[in-house]
Amino acid sequence: MEVWDYIGKVLLAFIFGGALCAVAQILIDKTKLTPARILVIYAVTGVLLGALGVYDPLIRIFGCGATVPLTGFGAVVAKGVRRAIEERGAMGILTGALSAAAAGTGAALCLGYLAALIFSGKPKRSRRAGRKKSAGTPGNS
Amino acid sequence: MENKKEYGERVARHSPASPVIKNCVLAFLIGGGICAVGQLLFFLYNMLSASMEDAYTLVTVSLIFIAVLLTGFGIFDNIAGVAGAGTLVPVTGFANAVVSPAIDTKAEGLVVGVGANIFKVAGPVILFTTLAGTLYGIIEYVMSLFV
Repeated sequence: MEVWDYIGKVLLAFIFGGALCAVAQILIDKTKLTPARILVIYAVTGVLLGALGVYDPLIRIFGCGATVPLTGFGAVVAKGVRRAIEERGAMGILTGALSAAAAGTGAALCLGYLAALIFSGKPKRSRRAGRKKSAGTPGNS
Repeated sequence: MENKKEYGERVARHSPASPVIKNCVLAFLIGGGICAVGQLLFFLYNMLSASMEDAYTLVTVSLIFIAVLLTGFGIFDNIAGVAGAGTLVPVTGFANAVVSPAIDTKAEGLVVGVGANIFKVAGPVILFTTLAGTLYGIIEYVMSLFV
């Protein structure tokens, strides 16, 4: 690959990933959907697109623009289920989803727990208004 | 930050068009930027002889790590306040949704506090993804019996 190919790939990732975020922002601003619901909707949409076989071509074109947003998480799960059924038959129905999700969730949970041990929440929200989270953080919903 | 946000919401109610566009552009730029950084990391991991699939997974894990760190230092909320969906939709939002309640409930104890609240947002995401995935698995399996 030449330098321009790399730059093109990065640009494609930027555009597609950015577009997915822009759509979510419109949903947040124009509907009553909370950030937590957006995450669920995106992940489930990813499963659907993965199941329909639409998401793999998107990943081939947009790279991390398709894998990094949460739809990519859903698509990985759909792919994992398909693969598990090929390998293990009916048992794959049960093992596929969570084993495919393992890397992301495992990392988030373990690092999250570690972070909770190391950091304390005090300095973050000392003001009274601290209960209400900003729109971009899905913590409260 | 909070006041600015509330003000922004009030303005948005009275003059619909422009703040939505501004939020949208910010989400696009920052969310796209995160994906672009991910793509650069992908090239790096791929060069370090990780397979395509492993490289994508490593990018996800790396971005989760960065998001966890930024949340721990209290920087993530500030970025998210500007980026909105720009930091929410990439895995960084998922990671933040895991860590943020975990850190906030530390005082309630490691099991009942951190252990339970770490799933506050991640739980629904994992639940519905697993449900959808399993449902797809049933369909895929039944179809494979007839093809």
